[in-house]
Amino acid sequence: MRSGNAGNGMGKKTTTKRTESEVKRVLYERPRALLDVHTHYCAGCGHGTMHRLLAEVLEELGVLEQAIGVAPVGCAVLAYDYVDIDWTEAAHGRAPAVATGLKRVHPDKVVFTYQGDGDLASIGMAETIHAANRGENITVIFINNAIYGMTQGQMAPTTLIGQKTKTTPRGRDPETTGYPLKVCELLDQLVAPVLLARTTVVTPKHVRQTKALLKKAFQCQMENVGYSLIEVLSPCPTYWHMTPMEAYHFIEQTVTDSFPLGVIRDVKDRA
Amino acid sequence: MSDKRFEVTILTHFCKGCGLCVEFCPEGKLYIEQKPDMRGIQAAAVRADVDCTGCLQCATICPDAAIEIVRVEAPVST
Repeated sequence: MRSGNAGNGMGKKTTTKRTESEVKRVLYERPRALLDVHTHYCAGCGHGTMHRLLAEVLEELGVLEQAIGVAPVGCAVLAYDYVDIDWTEAAHGRAPAVATGLKRVHPDKVVFTYQGDGDLASIGMAETIHAANRGENITVIFINNAIYGMTQGQMAPTTLIGQKTKTTPRGRDPETTGYPLKVCELLDQLVAPVLLARTTVVTPKHVRQTKALLKKAFQCQMENVGYSLIEVLSPCPTYWHMTPMEAYHFIEQTVTDSFPLGVIRDVKDRA
Repeated sequence: MSDKRFEVTILTHFCKGCGLCVEFCPEGKLYIEQKPDMRGIQAAAVRADVDCTGCLQCATICPDAAIEIVRVEAPVST
């Protein structure tokens, strides 16, 4: 059992409790919005980190009661079992369309989609582009692990050139399968999106940056600024056939060459 | 004057033994158990003989939010 009044998230909110002579201050503990269950994600999977950051950010913004998530089809399909907020499940790739409906009917709610690369960049590309082009006031969290995890490691649109997967056993060949799809750069061609950023979760520094961006994306929505998308380069140690640490290094050293990190568009800052 | 220390707790039932906390801890405070637990997982554990500096690197990187860190300050009477 956790103490009810203790702080949360990266030691920002803290409380002190006094014993006879010692003062104890909780610097870090599980966010309260994260349910006390063992997730089905593999060891070292970036989804766990993103669920934790999501729980921390929504808690810090004080919108746990207003938040509605739209879960994808993919590894994160069971997100509603892990984060204690309202969730709904969309048909494969249709999360932005469902989120559009939810946000238009409930403009006071904080509506976001949580999608993988197969869901967002493959089957759901049409919904993604049109929701962004309409400038829907929603937040999109895009987990890009460059592979299909749930179906056991086939090529995704975001798979790197030369990367071996079950459907590209000799490495991805652009002659037959094209090039890695850069969703942020693609959406940057549109007029309506207000925040497009690519980040990762492979070092504590990057985790903190991702949390700050996630918070900014939700604030965009709460201030009715418009559409925001945060792309997170996430490790998939199991289907990259690496140890967790190798997968984390692989992102830092290789994946970021194809998918450069940074804020691609931030209209709020420009204004 | 006060004497402070940091207490690191591994919530073993959430830990999957990925070992990232061990890699990122600058002090070597954490290690992976040799013996798998009842779930077959070699979970992370805390060395009692190494001091934690409270940098939160392990808790920040942990994908399963399985680490809790408490700062304990004991006033020293002079």
